[in-house]
Amino acid sequence: MIEIKNVFKIFENGDSPIVALNDVSFSIPKGQFLTISGRSGSGKSTLLYQMGLLDSPTKGKIIIDGINTEELTDDQRGLMRLKSLGYIFQDYAILPSLTAIENVLVPLLMLGLDSKEAEKKAKEALQKIGLGDRMNNLPSELSGGQQQRVSIARAIAHAPQVLFADEPTANLDSETSEQVMKVFLDLNREGQTIVMVTHEPEYAKLSHRTIFLTDGKMTSDVMNS
Amino acid sequence: MERFKNTFTFKNDMRVGWFLAKRDIKRANKWTTILIVFVMIFTFLNLVVVSGILVGLIEGSVQANKQRNTGDIFISSFLNKDYIENSEDVVKVVQNIPGLDAYTARVTSGGRVIAEFRNTLLKDELQNAVGTNLVGINPIDEQAVTGLSELLVEGTYLSKDDPNGILIGKTLLYDEETPIEFPGFTAIKRVKIGDTVLVNVGNNKVEYIVRGILKSKVNEVDGRVFMNQAELRKLVGSNLLTYNEIAIKLKDGFSQDLAKEALVFSAVDTYGRVQTSEEAQPKFLQDIKKTFAILGNAISSIGLVVAAITIFIVIFVNAITRRRYIGILKGIGISKRAILLSYVYQSIFYALVGSIIGVILVFGFIKPGFAAHPIDFPFSDGILVATLPDTLKRVVLLLVTTIIAGYIPARIVVKQNTLSAILGR
Repeated sequence: MIEIKNVFKIFENGDSPIVALNDVSFSIPKGQFLTISGRSGSGKSTLLYQMGLLDSPTKGKIIIDGINTEELTDDQRGLMRLKSLGYIFQDYAILPSLTAIENVLVPLLMLGLDSKEAEKKAKEALQKIGLGDRMNNLPSELSGGQQQRVSIARAIAHAPQVLFADEPTANLDSETSEQVMKVFLDLNREGQTIVMVTHEPEYAKLSHRTIFLTDGKMTSDVMNS
Repeated sequence: MERFKNTFTFKNDMRVGWFLAKRDIKRANKWTTILIVFVMIFTFLNLVVVSGILVGLIEGSVQANKQRNTGDIFISSFLNKDYIENSEDVVKVVQNIPGLDAYTARVTSGGRVIAEFRNTLLKDELQNAVGTNLVGINPIDEQAVTGLSELLVEGTYLSKDDPNGILIGKTLLYDEETPIEFPGFTAIKRVKIGDTVLVNVGNNKVEYIVRGILKSKVNEVDGRVFMNQAELRKLVGSNLLTYNEIAIKLKDGFSQDLAKEALVFSAVDTYGRVQTSEEAQPKFLQDIKKTFAILGNAISSIGLVVAAITIFIVIFVNAITRRRYIGILKGIGISKRAILLSYVYQSIFYALVGSIIGVILVFGFIKPGFAAHPIDFPFSDGILVATLPDTLKRVVLLLVTTIIAGYIPARIVVKQNTLSAILGR
């Protein structure tokens, strides 16, 4: 479903360019729960940004569902993020001036759903992750865990083909982190493809497969039991 | 691949833009919103009121000239003729034009008014006299067209059978409090109501009693002496029933152009000049009107630039401080156009609210206020000229300016790299 072919990401830094991703190649089949692990600065998030079409590799190809994303225009990449991908950020990245349900509604409206249908789907997504009673609260009225759940609801409401999560539990306490992980596992059991960056081995072990990065190079690719 | 060949639809962009803008406005800082709306109100007022007052100063004079002198249609003798030819026939045509409310036919003649004429002049002493335009009127007809009696500041109006009464315009009388003194300007001194003055035309001299003093802001009234038409004919020594001016008042809402066409159709324009009130305006008024309109537009343009800069700064600061917000929107797949439209909608909201409040202020308070208490200008009662079509044009102008001023800064920020915006790099 996703193919990463010889991806390089090089940041220009005067005379000494930084190689953040160094010839990374792998593929992710549909329905797989893949975690990307590694030390700080190993290139985990950079790899996720390339796969999530938030950034473009310096070299190499990322093919999603048979589409070579290199050939897409900026608008088409945006449309692909909207239709096929879901993204969960480490710091939630929910829109502060919108309520929980409005945060989830925006991409659904962008997809062209009518207001009633969009609202129904947004409510379903929020109920699914246990936020049915806080739908009309602004982010400032929600805890960190609740904000992360809004972020998850927004990412899954339109049933994306792939869900990307960038250290979704990094800012949460252990109890809330476990709740979030449970949401991911439930989604995956329903057939959702998930790619998650984490540096916590116990969460990586819960996934089907873990890829390790060291200084931008893929150093191992392990199937978890 | 075909799935992603489509770009975002404009309908969805508009919908999402509106969704975001509505919530941004609703949850924005109340005081910031009030401040921006205030700027828009004052910009709108600057656009409408400043030019409206400038034009209104002259419009007051134009209206006064129409109301107190020319009426809606003014027929006068050709410059090379002493009177309107076939005057009696012309009057008959006037009596039958469509939309006629009233008319007044005037006889005019140059003459001289001498006060204190019984006094013996000392050596080198000049006569207390003034050269003027004498106007013979039918007091009832004149009242029906120009309401001349309303301009009396002292004394009484002429009666139809008053053989020796005259009305004198204020400009002809020397004002002890604010004397006008410049070479060539003369005025008669020490003339009161009831005084007898000598009026002389050519070799004819007749004594008249000053019945009233007229004051308006129309030179054609203030600089003239009015008497009964029959008396002026006697003074001039003419038995011909000729006229020099005919002022026509039309019924409310009746077109001046249609009335003029009717007169031209009856060949009245071959006997005298036929002009609408606007055409009959003194040329200096027309020139000042044009100059003030240009001046008003120049001042309004400055106001418009200030409004554009204000909106630009507001939207730019808003977009810059919410760079991450915009990055997240792009990150989750919201189109750039939808984000841009959300800022354009906000600009429209500010401009519309400012304009609506401005329109209410202009038509609800300022315009009626000026109508009730006009500016006392030396040659006019200044009013506020603001018509609905002109005002709506200015609303559109303000809208277009603010849309552009809102779009440009939003576009600058929206174009930035999505990931950099999200990560705050």
